[in-house]
Amino acid sequence: MVERSPFLRILAHAILIVGVLVVAFPLYVTFVASTQTAEEILQAPMSMVPGSHLIENYTAALKGTGMGAASNAPVGRMMMVSLITALVIAVGKIAISLLSAFAIVYFRFPFRMFFFWAIFVTLKLPVEVRIGPTYQVVSDLGMLNTYAGLTIPLIASATATFLFRQFFLTVPDELVEAARMDGAGPLRFFKDVLVPLSTTSIAALFVIQFIYGWNQYLWPLLVTTNETMYPVVIGIKRMISGGDAATDWNIVMATAVLAMVPPAMVVMLMQRWFVKGLVDTEK
Amino acid sequence: MLLAPQVTVIAIFFFWPAAQALLQSFQQSDAFGLSTEWVGLKNFTNLMHDPTYLASFKITAIFSVLVAGLGIGLSLVLAVFADRVIKGTLVYRTLLIWPYAVAPAVAGVLWLFMFAPSIGIVSFALRSLGFEWNSLLNSNHAMTLIVVAAVWKQISYNFLFFLAGLQSIPKSLVEAAAIDGAGPWRRFWSIQFPLLSPTTFFLFVINMVYAFFDTFAIVDAATEGGPGRDTAILVYKVYYDGFKALDLGGSAAQSVVLMFIVIVLTVIQFRFVEKKVQY
Repeated sequence: MVERSPFLRILAHAILIVGVLVVAFPLYVTFVASTQTAEEILQAPMSMVPGSHLIENYTAALKGTGMGAASNAPVGRMMMVSLITALVIAVGKIAISLLSAFAIVYFRFPFRMFFFWAIFVTLKLPVEVRIGPTYQVVSDLGMLNTYAGLTIPLIASATATFLFRQFFLTVPDELVEAARMDGAGPLRFFKDVLVPLSTTSIAALFVIQFIYGWNQYLWPLLVTTNETMYPVVIGIKRMISGGDAATDWNIVMATAVLAMVPPAMVVMLMQRWFVKGLVDTEK
Repeated sequence: MLLAPQVTVIAIFFFWPAAQALLQSFQQSDAFGLSTEWVGLKNFTNLMHDPTYLASFKITAIFSVLVAGLGIGLSLVLAVFADRVIKGTLVYRTLLIWPYAVAPAVAGVLWLFMFAPSIGIVSFALRSLGFEWNSLLNSNHAMTLIVVAAVWKQISYNFLFFLAGLQSIPKSLVEAAAIDGAGPWRRFWSIQFPLLSPTTFFLFVINMVYAFFDTFAIVDAATEGGPGRDTAILVYKVYYDGFKALDLGGSAAQSVVLMFIVIVLTVIQFRFVEKKVQY
């Protein structure tokens, strides 16, 4: 920073701390609620000190032995479903979009721009818009309540292709020429030059797509009708469908914490890649 | 050849359904799908005369402008100050980015819990201040609830982009301005803010899309479109009419309208981003 002004520095810290507190407050409330009994939460106002039922609540949530009026499916199973879905979506998306971005940027073929636009239009058209017919297609293919049904339709969007295209466009032509001089064919160039160069983008996309997959809501809500295939995000919604007092808020909140931890860990641990990749793909 | 996997997937799960939606939007079928009847543009004219649909348009517009405006404003403030801080930027960043990882539905549930009329602690605090909060009955309160939840979730995303944008502004520019006697306030408005405008524009589009579509889960978890239909944004209405009310033709027509809006937005943004804005 250019000037040294203690006032501005304190102001900056103060505002940031307020921001952090406001952002973190819901998490704290959730955590506190997940350590209390249902009765303790129902006394308004609930106490702001963590209670003593942490282990009880979390095991109840994981094993599905809660006493709630609505759904009691075990969260452990849901976590597995979420994890598999998120991983398949992330890996699948990265793989197919690396290939197609490579094709679009480095090859001249008929209808190249047509394909580009065809893919690009899907970029901003989320599943939500075409739920009805997509649902029909999936059920006609017999993919309801399967991992294929949960993941493949979500792979069919173009975010990643577009980001890779932007990145490939910035790769200097000299590299392509040098590779050709050295006798490398297109696939060799792809494998030995492009993929290593895009590691950062791949890592960043992995983080983003993992979270995207984990947090899907509307689509799993339609495709899964069987409790054993619920991702955890849907599970939470099912638990609160009984109204304020009938809901086991302690179990719900324990589940919420469980549902938040894996993606939050991914973001925090891969923060460097995440941020760097986001910024790089932006330029 | 290399395009084959992606083209197959988008053809089956994207263009085919989109074509179906287009087709269905001209048809009317009964609730069991036993008979379909070609009705031409009737579904669309019905929509245009349907007061709840127009109301839903208005709700969506208010909602997305609020979410985009508040989200961008707040995160810009945070990012500007985080950029000023010399020590601890990383700590603040870590503490601010995690809501990005929270599922919208979970965010909806969290805020619902905090604002629940009888047990939520925020509604308790408001009540002790003499403000009667009930998001189940008062539609303004319900709207506030989903806006707050949506903004809370989006702040970290905007924050990251602003911070990155600020840090990519060459220090020499800022220093030159400081030597010329420009204070922090002046420097922000005449150097940093204009140089951030591509980021801001980009974020604005992203936030609009976010508010249009990704907030479905927040709405469904927090208010279920209620009270009445007062927080039923367009996507929620597509879902509700298609899957709960089983009006497939009407729902498909709404999908088509949404698709159209999105395509127009995309083309405009693409032209604009590629030509006028330099990243």
